[in-house]
Amino acid sequence: MTARDLRTPLAQVEGLGAARAGTLHFWHQRMTAVALVPLSLWFVASALAYVGAEQGAVAAYFADPVNTILMFLFVLASTYHMSLGLQIIIEDYFHHEGQKIALLMLNRFAAFAIGAASALALIRMSLAGH
Amino acid sequence: MADAPNSPGPSPRPFGRPLSPHLQIYRWPITMVASIAHRATGVALAAGTLMLSWWLIAAATGPEAYGVFARVAANPVGEIILFGFLWSLAFHLLNGIRHLAWDIGYGFRVPTAKLTAALVFAGSLLLAVGAFIVGFMVKRGFGI
Repeated sequence: MTARDLRTPLAQVEGLGAARAGTLHFWHQRMTAVALVPLSLWFVASALAYVGAEQGAVAAYFADPVNTILMFLFVLASTYHMSLGLQIIIEDYFHHEGQKIALLMLNRFAAFAIGAASALALIRMSLAGH
Repeated sequence: MADAPNSPGPSPRPFGRPLSPHLQIYRWPITMVASIAHRATGVALAAGTLMLSWWLIAAATGPEAYGVFARVAANPVGEIILFGFLWSLAFHLLNGIRHLAWDIGYGFRVPTAKLTAALVFAGSLLLAVGAFIVGFMVKRGFGI
């Protein structure tokens, strides 16, 4: 703390800045990015292995618990990473407050919808395989 | 009629300083292209999550639903979209690693940043084309 720092001691300790969110967005974007490096490589390998395959073969692949979990993690990390990235783009390019807030909400809703739909599909394949 | 004092009319440029570059005549540095492409591929991948979701739902629903997905994916337009998805993923992945390196303080020298940008473009094309070829081989029954 320097004498010129105008922030209160509490604000300095919290480190949340003017937007009250601190580095949370940055950090979560990086964590999901790191997680997505191996997960997306696994996803592409899985998808390529089942190009032109029958539905039953694909469903059986995702009924394997290891694959169910990996795919669930890939869906979770990618939809979260997606919503964090699109949020920044919306904040950068939409300056009308109402429009911006509507798009930010739509962005989160869409991420949850895509994630939930994908997760339900995985659960159905997982249960059908047992 | 004489030019107003601050008009952009002809005036001597005593120091020969460069004018501000305008977008239309600006030669895009490769680092700038990579930055824009990172955003663009991110948006493309967001659209791609819809395809991913469709794939999973179709596989969970049954042969008929999966057949619809498979027919669209095997259509030339579908193949172009899938290639675009693959390249976007490869680019965003490689450039994302470049970003992570920057986050821990590596690769900021201008020649390094230019080189890694070029490597990301070349590498992502190679990965996407390679993955597409593997996909075709699998489809024709060669297996991996």
